[in-house]
Amino acid sequence: MAVAERGRSPALLPPVSERLGPLAWLKRNLFSTWYNSLLTILVGYLLYVVLVPFFEWAILNATFFGDSKEACDFDGACWALITSRLGQYLYGLYPVAERWRVNAAFLLLILAMVPLFLPRFRHRLLYACGLVFLYPPVAYLFFAGGVFGLPFVETAQWGGLFLTLVIAGVGITASLPIGVLLALGRRSEMPVIRALCVVFIEVIRGVPLVTILFMASVMLPLFLPPGVTIDKLLRALIGVALFASAYMAEVVRGGLQGIPKGQYEAAMALGLGYWQMMGYVVLPQALRMVIPGIVNTFIGLFKDTALVTIIGLYDLLGMSRFIIQDPKWLGLAAESYLFAGFGFWVFCFAMSRYSMYVEKVLSAGERR
Amino acid sequence: MRLLGTVVAATMAAATGLAAGSALAGPTFDAVREKGFVQCGVNSSGLPGFATVDDQGNWSGFDIDLCRAIAVAVFGDRNAVKFTPLTAKERFTALQSGEIDVLVRNTTWTLTRDTALGLDFLGVNYYDGQGFMVPKSLGVKSALELDGASVCVQTGTTTELNLADFFRANNMSYEPVVFETNDELLPAFQAGRCDVFTTDQSGLYATRTKFENPDDYVILPEVISKEPLGPVVRHGDNEWGDVVRWTLFAMIEAEEYGVTSENVDELRANSTNPTIRRLLGVEGEFGKNLGLPQDWAYQIIKQIGNYGEVFERNLGMNTPLKIARGLNDLWTRGGLQYSMPFR
Repeated sequence: MAVAERGRSPALLPPVSERLGPLAWLKRNLFSTWYNSLLTILVGYLLYVVLVPFFEWAILNATFFGDSKEACDFDGACWALITSRLGQYLYGLYPVAERWRVNAAFLLLILAMVPLFLPRFRHRLLYACGLVFLYPPVAYLFFAGGVFGLPFVETAQWGGLFLTLVIAGVGITASLPIGVLLALGRRSEMPVIRALCVVFIEVIRGVPLVTILFMASVMLPLFLPPGVTIDKLLRALIGVALFASAYMAEVVRGGLQGIPKGQYEAAMALGLGYWQMMGYVVLPQALRMVIPGIVNTFIGLFKDTALVTIIGLYDLLGMSRFIIQDPKWLGLAAESYLFAGFGFWVFCFAMSRYSMYVEKVLSAGERR
Repeated sequence: MRLLGTVVAATMAAATGLAAGSALAGPTFDAVREKGFVQCGVNSSGLPGFATVDDQGNWSGFDIDLCRAIAVAVFGDRNAVKFTPLTAKERFTALQSGEIDVLVRNTTWTLTRDTALGLDFLGVNYYDGQGFMVPKSLGVKSALELDGASVCVQTGTTTELNLADFFRANNMSYEPVVFETNDELLPAFQAGRCDVFTTDQSGLYATRTKFENPDDYVILPEVISKEPLGPVVRHGDNEWGDVVRWTLFAMIEAEEYGVTSENVDELRANSTNPTIRRLLGVEGEFGKNLGLPQDWAYQIIKQIGNYGEVFERNLGMNTPLKIARGLNDLWTRGGLQYSMPFR
């Protein structure tokens, strides 16, 4: 590319513009052959049949505010449900007066992450590691309270989008380091460690997440001594984190195997020990290669969190199902589920775009 | 659904007999008094009118009010209760393992659950049962007129079996239209693919409110199966069980004797009826016998209301559900709700 540009003479006219008029664009892209024209018309008709009634239902005939289903017209969507219960979709059954704590904790996280995005910040890795270990206890103090005069809020009251983010956040931050360790362990030359890692990964990866959650919520309490109960959310968090770690380990292992043997040998020739070799030479390259796989696992995990609904936790989806059981709002399943789906989409799409950005930044070396 | 629940529960009982036995240690009542609140297991997926949250995020409903009544009996405070949302599969484990003190989660009283699962049922706060809903335009007044009808029913449930039994017992024919879930049943019924919709009556009432014109549909009076729903504690937990049982009875007795949250103060001061005086703690030592404050029943009626008030508030004609009292009326009015005497 660079060569071609340098070779171009400034005296030559620029190439013919690629921009077409709307009619020409239509002809080229939608009606180029008779079967393409047919397809265009068919798809256009289907879109018309589906989208127009949806638009009428969702916007034109919809009711946006009201106290109960009575305020709504049967022909249109009843978004009054969402607007009047928005707080519960976002925070679940968290006490209204204490919701600021959730906001404060998330704001704190955003502020704490600012240095990571400063281009000249030096100890980025160290800072990120510190954040991963220090932030969760701080956030827990905010969410649960019980100290510094904050009223205690039990985890059964956590819910909505807030709970979804907590579960996904814990799963994501726990799964990456554990997954890296498991991947290294699986390729280790020490037989016991290798065997343990292989067994862990294959067992966890071999059962559905639903099974793990059921084990954690239904079976585990029976094996504990009487009087000892482990918080249900904690059980679910551990289950989700272990599950995601096993998948992450395999993604990272793919990256490790993609590193040429010469890199290992070169690192050893320099006299680096195992951890130095992995930390300075192998992992930075391996992780960069598998960013799409890692983000794919994160997005999958984010959506998998909706499964905690079946063990009676109120994540965004669980809350959407629960709210419409109120006799005042019975029968508004479509509105509630659409809103939940939209919520999930926003976060997954944001993650996907962010990963594209990270890939671009980290692959700067290859473009040179 | 109930069929599946029974199978799961039975397998769990077999697998966990040991744990059920070991959970009996320590009287719950003392533990409840010590920690200062009642831990009540409720329906996590929500059941219209029985367990839901209101706009302020407070739990409300018919089952919820029974939980609160127990808290009032023990502590005199309707907020001295914490709710543990439980799925159908978790509920018995949660009780056996001691995670909750009492389960009020529209749970059907059956022999297996009362015995093999190590549980004790203490009464029935709602008599449910399978019923039929038809469009008013069909002009049917009784289920016995349904010969030859097509019936929408959820497949693989006891509902389907009860339906077959009912029609066979009455020498009638019918055409089943089966679906996997209730969410699929509803549009089919609305589109007229079947004449009759059948499920538990409380579910029929909840379903009816989802229609554009609920008044175009009627729920037939016949109930063809028994689904007595009631509060549950651990087997052998007798003192605590007494508290739960008599909390429910106090609410029913209050309705029978016309004691409401409105007139309870006046009746406590002025009533000469010996039953009312005993119920409200003016005479007798019932509180002491139960290990409760002397005015426990008075507080229940004052803060929560009698059985009829609670029913009307959550399920009755002024709610969107519009459930008729039916079997849940007092025995004096032809229903089944009957309190053992306060004496």
